[in-house]
Amino acid sequence: MSDPTEHGLTRDEVAKVAALAMLELTDDELTTFTGQLAAVLEHAKDVEALDVADVPPTNHPYPLTNVFRVDDAAAVSVEDKERMRQAVLATAPEAEDQQFMVPPALGEEL
Amino acid sequence: MTDAPITGLTLAADIAAGRSSAVAALDGHLARIAEREDEIHAFNLVTADQARAAAESIDQRLAAGEDVGPLAGVPVALKDNMCTEGVATTCSSRILEGWIPPYDATVVQKLEAAGAVMVGKTNLDEFAMGSSTENSAFGPTLNPLDTSRVPGGSSGGSAAAVAAGFAPLSLGSDTGGSIRQPAALCGVVGMKPSYGAVSRYGLIAFASSLDQIGPFTHDVADSAALFEVIAGHDPQDSTSIPHQALTDAGVLSVSERLSEGVDGLRVGVISELMGSIDGFEPEVLAQTRAAADALAGAGAKVDEVSIPSAIYGLSAYYLIAPAEASSNLARYDGVRYGHREQGKANTGLMMSASRTAGFGAEVKRRIMLGTYGLSAGYHDAFYGKAQRVRTLIINDFERAYQDFDVLLSPTSPCVAFPFGAKADPLTMYLNDVATIPSNLAGHPALSVPFGTGADNMPVGVQVLAPMLGEAVMYQVAAEIERAAVAAGGAS
Repeated sequence: MSDPTEHGLTRDEVAKVAALAMLELTDDELTTFTGQLAAVLEHAKDVEALDVADVPPTNHPYPLTNVFRVDDAAAVSVEDKERMRQAVLATAPEAEDQQFMVPPALGEEL
Repeated sequence: MTDAPITGLTLAADIAAGRSSAVAALDGHLARIAEREDEIHAFNLVTADQARAAAESIDQRLAAGEDVGPLAGVPVALKDNMCTEGVATTCSSRILEGWIPPYDATVVQKLEAAGAVMVGKTNLDEFAMGSSTENSAFGPTLNPLDTSRVPGGSSGGSAAAVAAGFAPLSLGSDTGGSIRQPAALCGVVGMKPSYGAVSRYGLIAFASSLDQIGPFTHDVADSAALFEVIAGHDPQDSTSIPHQALTDAGVLSVSERLSEGVDGLRVGVISELMGSIDGFEPEVLAQTRAAADALAGAGAKVDEVSIPSAIYGLSAYYLIAPAEASSNLARYDGVRYGHREQGKANTGLMMSASRTAGFGAEVKRRIMLGTYGLSAGYHDAFYGKAQRVRTLIINDFERAYQDFDVLLSPTSPCVAFPFGAKADPLTMYLNDVATIPSNLAGHPALSVPFGTGADNMPVGVQVLAPMLGEAVMYQVAAEIERAAVAAGGAS
């Protein structure tokens, strides 16, 4: 593949990205977003002036690794567990029998 | 609005001494809210009844001789991206409208333990993505100093709440400048702590390696006091800095340093952020130079310093932050919480329709930008390269801090701008150029008001410090504040 930063962003690429991100775009939105995202990526090309081949990447600003807690069950009463479960389910769009309900996961309809 | 604003520490002292009460303090601030909130729109929700119950309880405990905490009875406003048990938390997004968190963020627990009284949840750019609060799904917040202008963002509601006298203290979150820039634009003090100094537990994630919660206040002493209340190790946040490291660096006792002055301290003014980039207003640069001169006059050794990679921070940030956001915001799919579009034939269609209806344009832009930068074939060129630029910025700062104790720059290239003035997304992003490097490095930085710029709007000067350098950062900020007051230019 040629250097992906060398070509401009296309409508097709934005449509593909929108689908990956589970967003539906109208034709007008596709045009607008393509122009706006291309402008941001164009600006981001300024980093090409930097030679970073030998520079290690940073994904976190403070050197912490493998933060574990003691593997003990938290001391939560049966009543508190039930109260928390109810609080979570209470704001779900749809719940039944202590489970989140969704439309059929496969196919158009059952 | 002719009275000088009462600070949180003054209020706490008055309440503790019996000269005022938590209920009286609350009533005073609710009266100001009643007067101007319809115009300003700092809040998504004012929790008046809950606040009154809390204030009454605090007054009773004080009357019984209890030690209620350092902020007993002081009203505080919270950015609406911090979870509050039983109180709606929206991130100013339709996708979370009506959601009630089942738990409190750690900072909320800490405020309560300190005796503070929450008065409401403040407006923000949707999911903290923006620099003007114009991206809120519930309408913009107006700048209390000039309502034709933006308050900045994304924590514009929290900045406006303090500036308008709705609460003496508030909390915001800062991913690329979202505390410091609105503080500058509203003429208040705003501080982003070292990454990991304040727990992110219960802060709804935007970009997890950059997000930090921090205080908005009228002055530096309040900022230090509020920071001491919210800082500290939290086992609930795996990126939280260990207690020993925080205490060794003096991060939990910054107030002690405020009166020490700056004699002998080395202050570096970042040359790249003093005009070599377009868009910095001359008045903003002049005030920043005046603040540096004031520090020199107080005994500091002031010199220019180059952070060559600083100008690449913007590009790195707008690849890294959207990448993290696209991952963090994948959870909003209409299944477990938040908005769900009804009548869809299967789960996939329901998810897409819910996300499409629930997210605003800026959030969609950033999700797509992040998804693109992480996708196969593009990852190394965009996200990977940005992470290496992040290392360069950290290295440049490290080099500078061998010669300097703190660095100085403008907080924002410009004073508060009119609504709609930066409608193009890239133009808006450029506004964050001076604040972003501190987020990428994880370093603390603070904006302190120093005089005014164009149209008599306030200017914020940014004090940057190395990792866990909050103590010296506050020490220098206090001196700048003293100089601003002496010059009569303090807003």
